Amino acid sequence: MTREEIEAVLRAEMHKIAPDIEIDDIDRQEDLRDEFDIDSMDFQNLVGALSKRLGIPMPEADYGQMGSFDAMLDYLTDLAG
Amino acid sequence: MAAFVMPSLGSDMDAGTLVEWLKKPGDKVHRGDIVAVVETQKGAIEIESFQEGILTGYLTDLGKKVPVGTPLAVIKEEGKDDPDDEALMAGVAPIAVMPSAPAQTPVVAANKEIEKAPPSAGARLKISPAAGRLAQTSGIDPSTLTGTGPQGSIVLADVMARLEQKRGPALPATKAVREGGEQLTGMRAAIAAAMAHSKREIPHYYLSQTVDLTDAEQFVAKVNAGRPPENRLLLGTLFVKAVALACRKFPEFNGHFEDEAFHASAAVHAGMAINIRGGGLVAPAIHNAETLDLDTLMDKMRDLVARVRAGRFRATELADPTITVSSLGDRGVDSLYGVIYPPQVAIIGFGTPVMRPWEQDGEVTLKRVVTVTLAADHRVSDGHSGARFLNAIEKHLHKPEDL
Repeated sequence: MTREEIEAVLRAEMHKIAPDIEIDDIDRQEDLRDEFDIDSMDFQNLVGALSKRLGIPMPEADYGQMGSFDAMLDYLTDLAG
Repeated sequence: MAAFVMPSLGSDMDAGTLVEWLKKPGDKVHRGDIVAVVETQKGAIEIESFQEGILTGYLTDLGKKVPVGTPLAVIKEEGKDDPDDEALMAGVAPIAVMPSAPAQTPVVAANKEIEKAPPSAGARLKISPAAGRLAQTSGIDPSTLTGTGPQGSIVLADVMARLEQKRGPALPATKAVREGGEQLTGMRAAIAAAMAHSKREIPHYYLSQTVDLTDAEQFVAKVNAGRPPENRLLLGTLFVKAVALACRKFPEFNGHFEDEAFHASAAVHAGMAINIRGGGLVAPAIHNAETLDLDTLMDKMRDLVARVRAGRFRATELADPTITVSSLGDRGVDSLYGVIYPPQVAIIGFGTPVMRPWEQDGEVTLKRVVTVTLAADHRVSDGHSGARFLNAIEKHLHKPEDL
């Protein structure tokens, strides 16, 4: 998958969890949970959905690499790109 | 009498609007089956049956707002003829109706139309899941609403405001709103009523304790390694279980204060405070939390949060928590002191886990810690037992493998 395709997947999953947030308005380098106003349960559901759609395990030990929208996109592109 | 009635939905709600039947006359009903959906200030709530039998007839029309205790349908025990059932069906039994509830049959028709409409017709509407669900069940076209949420998104309060407009004031307003101000509506009004009641009636006292989370975090990391995300535990699961277990030893924090007396509960129905996107919160119960293993508890928490976010949960979950656990886990504050939800007598708050310098055996090292707080009812307990209760929660978090 290209980075663009992966970004489309990430955007779609973020929209499911935080439909009231316009992704173009967020700071892509800031804390993902703050920007989308999501809690640890939402985050785990997001990781679950991405893991299934992209076929990658996304272990908890890697959560530190998923801190912002851009960091998450880099991480996903590295593993599923 | 085998009447299926509008149940009590918590001390702050005295009525609900029937919006959907999930059983029809002639259907078999088992204990625990969801028979109807009722719309309240807290969203759509599923009402379960406490009896077995055959649903023989409806007693309340869809769209009607009725007080708690009103018979909604007759559920007849199989093989038994109860004269009360006949009386109910014949309309002999008194059926209370809210004085100002207008007939709302159009709601049902409009509802069907909306359900058939494609979910994303035209421009994508920004609407929270809870608001979307309520709009759908109450036949409101979301595109006719003005959103007041972030970036103009439609939130639950907007749908509720429209509902109140349609319905007219359900209960007489007791106080005039000062000009230029905004009348509290929907969930905001429900929270205001419950919390004002709490602060008026309950003499709160507050305690806090900082707890080293090293054991709990290592345990969660170990359990979660190699698990797919949907089976992973959260620290919050351990928090709820630790509180539930501590309640066993300290019953004075688990139960209801009603009619000038405290009634301790044998089971721990842990109310889980859940934030609703766009405003408001509810704290429905995880039943018998003290008996659930961590994986089952996690599944139940996940399921409950999903249903609350979708704007749909069950009446029994809302009405009977015996203690509340509030966790602002990721919200970035050190501690939160809760307001007790009546008729409960205690609320436990967990702040954000943070790294702090920590002394142990004469050495100072960095540890992940969390501040745990207790707000409790001084009519029922004192600071002395409150402190022991918090210490018990701490001990459980130091032995996560026993949770």
